[in-house]
Amino acid sequence: MLYDLLIGPFAEFDFMRRALVGVIALSVSGAPVGVFLMLRRMSLTGDAMAHAILPGAALGYLVAGFSLPAMTLGGLVAGFAVALAAGAVARLTVLKEDASLAAFYLISLALGVTLVSLRGSAVDLFHVLFGNVLALDDDVLVLLSSVASLTLGVLALVYRPLVLECVDPGFLRSVSRSGGVVHLTFLGLVVLNLVAGFHALGTLLAVGLMMLPAAAARFWTADITRLILLASGFGMASGYIGLVASYAAGSNLPAGPAIILSAGALYLGSLLLGSQGGLARRLLPRAHLQR
Amino acid sequence: MPAIRFSDLTLGYDRHPAVHHLSGEIAPGSLIAIVGPNGAGKSTLLKAIAGALSPLDGTVTLAKGKRLAYLPQSAELDRSFPIHVYDLVAMGLWGTAGIFGRIGFGQRSKIEAAISAVGLTGFEGRSIGTLSGGQMQRALFARLLLQDADIILLDEPFTAIDARTSADLLALVQRWHGENRTVVAVLHDIETVKRAFPQTLLLAREAIAWGETGEVLTANNLLKARRMVEAFDSHAAPCAA
Repeated sequence: MLYDLLIGPFAEFDFMRRALVGVIALSVSGAPVGVFLMLRRMSLTGDAMAHAILPGAALGYLVAGFSLPAMTLGGLVAGFAVALAAGAVARLTVLKEDASLAAFYLISLALGVTLVSLRGSAVDLFHVLFGNVLALDDDVLVLLSSVASLTLGVLALVYRPLVLECVDPGFLRSVSRSGGVVHLTFLGLVVLNLVAGFHALGTLLAVGLMMLPAAAARFWTADITRLILLASGFGMASGYIGLVASYAAGSNLPAGPAIILSAGALYLGSLLLGSQGGLARRLLPRAHLQR
Repeated sequence: MPAIRFSDLTLGYDRHPAVHHLSGEIAPGSLIAIVGPNGAGKSTLLKAIAGALSPLDGTVTLAKGKRLAYLPQSAELDRSFPIHVYDLVAMGLWGTAGIFGRIGFGQRSKIEAAISAVGLTGFEGRSIGTLSGGQMQRALFARLLLQDADIILLDEPFTAIDARTSADLLALVQRWHGENRTVVAVLHDIETVKRAFPQTLLLAREAIAWGETGEVLTANNLLKARRMVEAFDSHAAPCAA
């Protein structure tokens, strides 16, 4: 019985195994990126950039249909362009970065939906917006795992200045000029992971597997190393729970949203019960210590 | 060769001078206080020495090959970031370890020594968000210790800090002086300056007086400094000098 629910679907169906591998790859690299986005107070930036990928991917789709390289390339180019443009607008005009990002992503979303609708059906549009995690082919899996490996490698390389830039940017400036390069590299990783997430979960949900596990993990630990590990673990757990739940519910619960909902449930649970500033700890204070 | 040389240095924001035509030298191994009224350009001058602000005119020259450390007044430090005191202090090793350098056994004992020198032993595993203002300043001084700099710039290091912490940190400053490092500190408390700083620059946009502390901090000079006009004149003509 338990076997049928928890392991059976993966033993039996190839597409379930592929989906599981895909979300594990996404969690391994997306969650650490999400942790840094959160710590740099850029959570909404991540969301905006996820939307910004859409018109690029849509252009790729217009040119070549559901072609992995075309849509990946389009998404990467659009993501970088919007990230750089928003930064430039913030630096060169009176608009702050959050406002310019909001402007860019609204335009991108509308443009992307229009582009897809030009050629495709409502089903295609649905696919682009919410992904189809149960239809990951070999090429997509190779892309997801390459992105995960590359991300972890690059994060390991820039880890020290990246942390330093978050904690004390003034100090980093006083000892090194790597701040700008590190920031751009990090934005690059964000775009890369969003494009990877896009293939599995679509534009609108890709950022979910990035931010929700990171936010949930923050309620359990105040140590950056543990935060990253926990966020990855939460991501994988949401992927697994979401897939199992979606399978058990039959066709009533689409897999992509089920995964993000599981991540959301983990987040809400952490918000309530978390040991670091969770609500329960706040409402039911324990006796204070002697010293 | 002086540790720091100003030649006809003018610093400012939006063309308005905050430091006006300053020239002079700070000898290696000096322990010098910069004092003056609010808006006198003290912090601006430190920023320029640290290279964080480019001059409107003139130059700041540092002695070649000297390491510099700068502790700004209100560091842009994110105290909610989940990092331990130990790791914050360890950042001081950037100059030797850089991006990839290994933090080996020797470095670890240096970090522990620095933490113990500022009296924070036992706090290594605390996250920085739990530190008091004084403890935070102690941690930042430990980081300065590790930077092992030849020129150390401190912007109001003892402001809003309890007496005991100030005394402890001042002792570190004295130790740096004893090690022949150049220390330049912006200070508000005239008594501390008279007691502990042999040299003083009294700044009120221009140098009012510069030299031995006893000769600089006279009633007459302080009065002169206080007369400095704080407000900018938005219709001021370009400076001819």
